[in-house]
Amino acid sequence: MDVAIALLVGAFMTLGIFLMLSRSVIRMLLGLALLGNGINLLIFVSGRLSREAPPIVPPGAYVPEGAIANPLPQALILTAIVIGFAMFAYLLILGMRAYQSLDADHTDTMRLAEPEDGPRPPLSY
Amino acid sequence: MPGETALIVILLLPFMAAFVAGFLPQTARNTEAWLAGVVAVIGLGLSLWLYPQVTDGGVVRAEWTWMPSLGLNFVLRMDGFAWLFSVLITGIGLLVVLYARYYMSPSDPVPRFFAFFLAFMGAMLGLVLSGNIIQMAVFWELTSIVSFLLIGYWHHNASARDGARMALTITGTGGLCLLVGVLLIGHIVGSYDLDVVLASGDTIRDHDLYAPTLILVLLGALTKSAQFPFHFWLPHAMAAPTPVSAYLHSATMVKAGVFLLVRFWPVMAGTDLWFLIVGAAGLSTLLLGAYFAIFQQDLKGLLAYSTISHLGLITTLIGLGSPLGLVAAIFHIVNHATFKASLFMAAGIIDHETGTRDMRRLSGLRRALPITATLAMVASAAMAGVPLLNGFLSKEMFFTEAVENHTGSLLDQSLPYVATLAGMFSVVYSLRFIHKVFFGPDAVGLEKEPHEPPHWMRLPIELLVLACLIVGIIPGITIGPFLASAVTSVLGPETPYYSLSIWHGFNLPLLMSIVALVGGVLIYLALQRYLSSGIEGPPWFRNLKGQRIFERLLVTLSWRWAKALEKLLGTRKLQPQLRLLIGTVLLAACLPLFMGRFAPNLSAFVGFDLGFATMWAVGMACAVIAAYQAKYHRLVALMLMGGAGLVTCITFVWFSAPDLALTQLLVEIVTTVLILLGLRWLPKRMDAPELVRPATLMVTLRRYRDLLLAIVAGLGTAALSFAVMTRPAFDSVSRFFLERAYTEGGGTNVVNVILVDFRGFDTLGEVVVLATVAITIYVLLRRFRPAAESVGLPEQQRIQADFDAEQPHRRPGDTLTDYLNIPSVIMQWMFPVIIVLSMYLFLRGHELPGGGFAAGITMSIGFILQYMAGGTRWVEAHLRILPLRWIGWGLLFAGGTGIASTLFGFPFLTSYFQYLEVPLIGRVPVASALLFDLGIFLLVVGATVLILIALAHQSVRSPKAARAPRPLGPVGGEQ
Repeated sequence: MDVAIALLVGAFMTLGIFLMLSRSVIRMLLGLALLGNGINLLIFVSGRLSREAPPIVPPGAYVPEGAIANPLPQALILTAIVIGFAMFAYLLILGMRAYQSLDADHTDTMRLAEPEDGPRPPLSY
Repeated sequence: MPGETALIVILLLPFMAAFVAGFLPQTARNTEAWLAGVVAVIGLGLSLWLYPQVTDGGVVRAEWTWMPSLGLNFVLRMDGFAWLFSVLITGIGLLVVLYARYYMSPSDPVPRFFAFFLAFMGAMLGLVLSGNIIQMAVFWELTSIVSFLLIGYWHHNASARDGARMALTITGTGGLCLLVGVLLIGHIVGSYDLDVVLASGDTIRDHDLYAPTLILVLLGALTKSAQFPFHFWLPHAMAAPTPVSAYLHSATMVKAGVFLLVRFWPVMAGTDLWFLIVGAAGLSTLLLGAYFAIFQQDLKGLLAYSTISHLGLITTLIGLGSPLGLVAAIFHIVNHATFKASLFMAAGIIDHETGTRDMRRLSGLRRALPITATLAMVASAAMAGVPLLNGFLSKEMFFTEAVENHTGSLLDQSLPYVATLAGMFSVVYSLRFIHKVFFGPDAVGLEKEPHEPPHWMRLPIELLVLACLIVGIIPGITIGPFLASAVTSVLGPETPYYSLSIWHGFNLPLLMSIVALVGGVLIYLALQRYLSSGIEGPPWFRNLKGQRIFERLLVTLSWRWAKALEKLLGTRKLQPQLRLLIGTVLLAACLPLFMGRFAPNLSAFVGFDLGFATMWAVGMACAVIAAYQAKYHRLVALMLMGGAGLVTCITFVWFSAPDLALTQLLVEIVTTVLILLGLRWLPKRMDAPELVRPATLMVTLRRYRDLLLAIVAGLGTAALSFAVMTRPAFDSVSRFFLERAYTEGGGTNVVNVILVDFRGFDTLGEVVVLATVAITIYVLLRRFRPAAESVGLPEQQRIQADFDAEQPHRRPGDTLTDYLNIPSVIMQWMFPVIIVLSMYLFLRGHELPGGGFAAGITMSIGFILQYMAGGTRWVEAHLRILPLRWIGWGLLFAGGTGIASTLFGFPFLTSYFQYLEVPLIGRVPVASALLFDLGIFLLVVGATVLILIALAHQSVRSPKAARAPRPLGPVGGEQ
């Protein structure tokens, strides 16, 4: 089952990267979401997998006994999920604004700051 | 007042005064001058007061801890040599302040001038008083930076800007070399303390790293002292106001280099390498500087090159490596400071009075400026080495040393001849300065009618010239004791016997002096024709300009090569950059894999579970199809993305991460709603025939290349995760959290305790990010008007409206009103249930899966369901949600809990917990972390709702296209 979850991580990463390399803003967005899932899972498996042992101290005990899931990657991923959500929301709205203001949902046509045939940035000494 | 206090006052006073000076009004020329003058007087007075403690090798030392973890102390240390420099810096500083008061015009921004001037004085004092070599390098760089500001003081002037930049580039680079050099010294010696360093000369000279260390330190010193081939910045620094030149290029800035050489002389000098580098640099600078000085047409240019030449003389003396040479060097440092400062000031007066510094236009000024002329003549004579003046004495000592045999090398053999030749040249340029400017017919066509300056402006020159004379006539009782204490502090027991008397009998050095004087006059007469032709610069070398080489070098390095590199690697498109990034990451990831000889442990391939495998296969399929459909069928892609997210979520459940599963599920919901809302305003699928271009071969190839890159990256990640999983877990910080979550954090849900307690600060940062994003989105959408294409009714609504129109008994809009009516009612009824669920998740968070974030998202889902059920207008008529207030309160709670702990004397965000007896419920744990979590809850609700509402409001807005174009005719009042 290690292989299977490793392949899942690989698939998420592959498709995430593939979509992010696209020029369409929406595809990039979807790619970002997939990439986020892949990375979260990667962090998750780096803490090793354990079944039916959530990192919760059982009632009456002070310290969890026996094998227990690694809480550290979980805490990291929880933060990552929140930040990923914020990032996604921000990019989505930015994409919307770009479509409205620049009439472009394609990165090659977003050329307001650096027009294709515009002069190069100032290079004088 | 003990000596330590005096030292720190000497150092800090100029910096504090600089700060004050910067804030005085523009017109406060007198106040500024008084302030700077008083600071200089105090510094001078304190230095003089400390004199008895530094005679005979005595040292005043003050020490404060600076970076104890690195073993660094802030040390101030004054010995006889540092004392001599302190007096030069403050004394000449005082005279320059007085001079500058009259030199600066009322229209110049004087606060800036005096602030920089005082800061420079402070930096220079810090340099000479440093008892720690790192600290010394810091002050060294500080002098470079402040001198940049001073040279570029008239920054409206292009030459001032160029000169300042060049000085900074060269001396700053040298300073960096010096820093590396002192780090190496520290490495060799094992301490950065100057006293320790000075006591370990043999260790340094015998070390393998001696040569690189020496070269680096020398690069620092030689750039600062404008030694060949780094000399060319100095003439360009003449664009500075004359008081700055008088200060920087006589007593301070350029002397810092030779100061450093003398400072490290006891530990680094005496080797062949030292003699070769320092001696050669000094000798060539001495000769070239003097030669170039002859042919300058600018008064200050002449003085600048003569400064270079005299610094070369000092450097040569230091390079000889003999104690007597060092005595002469220190003596000449003082002498040069006095006559050169006065000459610069005299040049400034001439410039001030006539409006020009061009020697081709100046003539016969002795009639208009008799006193200034006399003073300048005496100072020039000192510069030329005429007997009875101080310059003569140190020059005699130089000649004496020159004829001595040191290493017997060719360089050493040529020394007496080069020295005499340079002596002749110095006579030539001194003579030229005097003869051309003060003698001859009256100058014609000057902008101003020259006359003597105010007496106070001339006073500094008078004092300096007086010093030249006194030292020149009775050296033994004037400069003698001070020189002796300075020399003793550097050389210690090695101090040689030397005599400061004027007359040593007829000997070879005297003969060399006479040859130089007579030869100089003859050369000057011979050069009359060339000089009167008015050509700037010497014959032959005229076209070889250091500045031009420097600029070419800079342009090539920082512009041409950079441009070529940009052309080669740069791109203005996003995708190649991303591709480059991913490729680099791939390579970087492969490196440890190969170096660590990675071999997958396939024996761990056990426990295959059909259930899991099927689920993950579904997840992968979802992702693949989502990617495939992303371009044309967005809704499909979106649903499948949700599927992929769900698989992630189930994975979390399965592998004991209930908190993650909960959060992932909730975030998936909100994200989906968000995209659905957003898609409404994004461009539709591009299936219009004119928009679908046939994929060219290039495009297809590009996509396959991207896919290949992505597959390689994905396989790599898969291999990485597999490798990690099949290796035993190592003992990480997790154990710490597990053991202390309950005993110290007071919660049984370890993940939640980590988030709100152990790593509470991270969480605070994270929710602040969320709040920032929400507010940014709110601002981005506040004035948003949807694009014209998106304005029409969505397809479904249009079909419904058409249906209504066709039916006789329905009005358009009826179907829409009834649309999804039952789900709407259910959603409205669910509202209280969701709120209770959210409360439940919040309250159990510390003990069981849940927590502020999950609860917050749940609550916001409750709100957004109301929007979906009833529509924006309906909800806003019934509910007043003020998400910005929620965000504000959330931040206050979360931050306030953190600050509260500091009020009790604990570090920020320290949590506190206690059990509380609550009637009916019993013992409840109450942790301050709960309050923090409440803040997170409020903030998450506010942020999420703000984002969703901002998007939902788009449908209420009048679209961009609906804004009617302005009528062109006269605007009527009918509307």
